[in-house]
Amino acid sequence: MMEKPEKEYADIPGTTIFDADQSRKGYGVNMFCMSLLKADNRAAFKANEAEYLKAFNLTPDQTEAVLKRQWNRMLELGGNIYFTSKLGATDGLSFQQVAAMMTGATQQEYADMMLAGGRSVEGNRRKSEWEHKNG
Amino acid sequence: MAKIVAGVFTSHVPAIGAALDNGKTAEPYWQRVFGGYEKSKEWIEKVKPDVCIVVFNDHATAFSVDIVPTFALGCAEEFIPADEGWGPRPVPVVKGHPELAAHIAQSVILDEFDLTVVNKMEVDHGLTVPLSLMFGQPAEWPCKIIPLAVNVVLFPPPTGNRCYNLGKAIRKAVESYPEDLRVAIFGTGGMSHQISGPRAGLINSEFDKAFLDALATDPKKAVGIKHVEYMREAGAEGIEMVMWLVARGALDEEVNEVYRFYTVPASNTAVGHLILENKVA
Repeated sequence: MMEKPEKEYADIPGTTIFDADQSRKGYGVNMFCMSLLKADNRAAFKANEAEYLKAFNLTPDQTEAVLKRQWNRMLELGGNIYFTSKLGATDGLSFQQVAAMMTGATQQEYADMMLAGGRSVEGNRRKSEWEHKNG
Repeated sequence: MAKIVAGVFTSHVPAIGAALDNGKTAEPYWQRVFGGYEKSKEWIEKVKPDVCIVVFNDHATAFSVDIVPTFALGCAEEFIPADEGWGPRPVPVVKGHPELAAHIAQSVILDEFDLTVVNKMEVDHGLTVPLSLMFGQPAEWPCKIIPLAVNVVLFPPPTGNRCYNLGKAIRKAVESYPEDLRVAIFGTGGMSHQISGPRAGLINSEFDKAFLDALATDPKKAVGIKHVEYMREAGAEGIEMVMWLVARGALDEEVNEVYRFYTVPASNTAVGHLILENKVA
């Protein structure tokens, strides 16, 4: 069998593109998040998070990522931002608060960056441009 | 005969809806955004479309990951504003135009655009925020709405070229509908933004402004933009801009630019807005 070529969007830094492979991997995470659109489900989840998650067949990694609110890890494990933001809403967080957490900034730092025109595309196009950064 | 009179292009940032619904429009941050739509509201009140076809995307509201239609046309009598996790927006129920929608579905499918027909669909901020920006806060929306949901959540969305050509097929469909109707078509979403992962917050005003220029004067240039370029240059979620090309395809190649507005930011996103009219009255 031929080796699969690298996806052309794989070298965009700090970005997980939600494609069919990710969608398959993250089916349970996303369907769990989708369930939170119903107020009754939000209440049941809040009452016992670990118990509620059992119905969605998550992997141990996915379960940990959800319980610990590891927003980037949820995306890496197949979650999609439009789904995971519903978990943010359940926690009472705005979209911008969740975005700030994913960038490692405080909400104020993030809001200030946006007011100043956002994150520049310069230096943020390719993974190679991020290799010089610390950490 | 029905005809397409204009194209309206606008971002559909959810925080704009929240600001409006929570009475924050007078705050300087939000005034900067809403002020940019005052002229548009006056314009649409004069144009008075009978029907607006609104090209938008569902944000994991009506469609989960169980079924992801690439193009889904709303053919129902009405569409209920959805609860997206913060409670439903306090906006009027969206009334459809099932007869025209069915006609469009039949026409474009036989024209080889394989749409999904949807008879039940709750609509989220992607559809209702543009309506709020253009019509304000009326007790009822002043016209019928045909929602056209485009998948831009699961990669890959349809190409810009496919979207543009679908717009052309929609125009053909509208213009073969016997009733005299004035139809406006909305392209929504964008502009540059990334709301996921460590690169969140990305904005590229240069890209956005070039895109607005291209839509106004040289649509083929925008049609040729590849998905990876949108995602790299305008953010992972900036790819929503392909939806603007459906609306652009439904207009003449040469158009009059009626109005343009651009500001950064609304929450995480660059806000772009354009109104184009066909030249022949």
